[in-house]
Amino acid sequence: MSPIHDQGYRRYGGRREPEGRRWWVIARAGLMARIRERRVIAVLLAAWLPFLVRAVQIYASANFQQVAFLAPTPEMFREFLGQQEIFVFIVSIVIGAGLIADDRRANALQIYLSKPLTRVEYIAGKLVTLGAVLTFVTWLPAMLLLILQMLFAGSTKFLTEHLFLIPAITLFAAVQVLVSAFAMLALSSLSKSRRFVAMMYAGILFFTAAMYQALRQITLSTAWAAISPRDTMSVIADGIFRIQGTRAIPFPAAVVAVGVLIAASIWILERKVRGVEVVT
Amino acid sequence: MPSVVSLDRVSVRYGRQWALRDVTTEFPSGAVGLLGPNGAGKSTMIKSLLGFVQPTQGQMTVLDLDVRHSPLSIRSRIGYMPENDGHIPGMNAVSFVAYCGQLAGLPRADAMQRAHEVLYYVGLGEARYRNVETYSTGMKQRIKLAQALVHDPDLLFLDEPTNGMDPKGRDEMLELVRDIAHNKGMNLILSSHLLPDVEYTCDHVIVMDKGQIATAGPIESLKGHGGRVYEVRVKGECDTFVAALRGAGLDCHTSEEDVMRVFVPDDRDAQYLFRVAAEQGVQVRHLRASVPTLEDVFARAVGDV
Repeated sequence: MSPIHDQGYRRYGGRREPEGRRWWVIARAGLMARIRERRVIAVLLAAWLPFLVRAVQIYASANFQQVAFLAPTPEMFREFLGQQEIFVFIVSIVIGAGLIADDRRANALQIYLSKPLTRVEYIAGKLVTLGAVLTFVTWLPAMLLLILQMLFAGSTKFLTEHLFLIPAITLFAAVQVLVSAFAMLALSSLSKSRRFVAMMYAGILFFTAAMYQALRQITLSTAWAAISPRDTMSVIADGIFRIQGTRAIPFPAAVVAVGVLIAASIWILERKVRGVEVVT
Repeated sequence: MPSVVSLDRVSVRYGRQWALRDVTTEFPSGAVGLLGPNGAGKSTMIKSLLGFVQPTQGQMTVLDLDVRHSPLSIRSRIGYMPENDGHIPGMNAVSFVAYCGQLAGLPRADAMQRAHEVLYYVGLGEARYRNVETYSTGMKQRIKLAQALVHDPDLLFLDEPTNGMDPKGRDEMLELVRDIAHNKGMNLILSSHLLPDVEYTCDHVIVMDKGQIATAGPIESLKGHGGRVYEVRVKGECDTFVAALRGAGLDCHTSEEDVMRVFVPDDRDAQYLFRVAAEQGVQVRHLRASVPTLEDVFARAVGDV
């Protein structure tokens, strides 16, 4: 046996993972890369500040009679998730804008898709990367608030009276995460520049909201809310959390509008995520 | 010799442009060069075999697996070194190559170990902790080879592997490719428009032109077509002299300025060239016996280069 370690090429005879799990490799690598970035950590810390405020509110209402009026209600959880939308927006831009755009800039798609993984797995990996962080700033703090309420109150009375809050928080957070993640990934697949993607995303959100307000003033109809994702999400939140009152559009119409947005995002991703871009 | 890749009447069209037209060929095991001028359809063929491009018609198999029905099984057994720069942004070399290994199905620890090994093998051992984006063109070529090798494929597709490399780097890359093919028992298909690269590394060649196969076979047998090759330079009406030679059934290709390469069959010799020159009223200023090269094969198949 040679005393010198052979640094030449050697064949590999080890185990290979079964197909269908590559999306997790992409998601794990994406998450690890993102949480090393200082700006991402800063955004995530900021996103938990509203949770701290709400936690103090719940603690105070449970322990001091003078501020009992601050006691949590189902509306509080809906408001909390509504407030988190600003962080959903920021996280989507900071983490999501470059997810596919950076790969397109570095010609990484041909590397990815020459490996034994499908385009669906690639998109799923990217979706999980963004979706996991969005879940971290929406579903997780909302559920923790529910747990804190039980701990501070010392009883499960509130939860048993409002048991629907668990599926409501989960469902609305899932809608928030899916809509934002799909829309951002679709935009990210359209460009090689993450800055341009971020501008497109912000532009679309603000422009559609402004457009809705303008059309509402002109036509005196709130049906135009369907073109504004922000207002559509508000209708869906009210529906899921059983908030009574007038809605800009019917709940089913809001669900259809969100479905159309996700379907359009999937259509864009199907066309743009390819190993080779054919220009004819 | 068993074939590793076969194409049966494959056509690929981009809009109105045919990139591959009714191509039927087989790539034997070992090192095979895919040779042709730019736009001949080499990269399209590789991208079709990888499943990136859907052929308009025809069937393709790689390692006895149908490209249309088993793309993932094929991709787990092949390595692809693309022509363009390609890397995963924000990663250093060892992370990038290990990541590619995991994407190809290697367990995490094995992928990391293999990444170190192949980076040493391709000559990037000392630079393996540097971010890939800071690499020179030559280093980027090497890391593309490393990511193609990390999962130990049975077949390597190398698309213009020496593009943009300096002469020393190019020689080292060719040495690596040759070593992979001849000493490591790996099949490879090297696509290039550079004749010396193919001649140095490959045993077989498939010459493509305008989306079709111009010629194919073992390089040695294609070169040794019987007869001799002469380098000839004449003074006078060169075109008439060439026309007379071609009229007499001799292959004749101009290679640089007024020097031409003439293929003389066994039943004739150099005297015959002098005789034709005298008949056409031109002076032979230079005549030297040469050996057939892949360039001659290419010129005969595709036309003057």
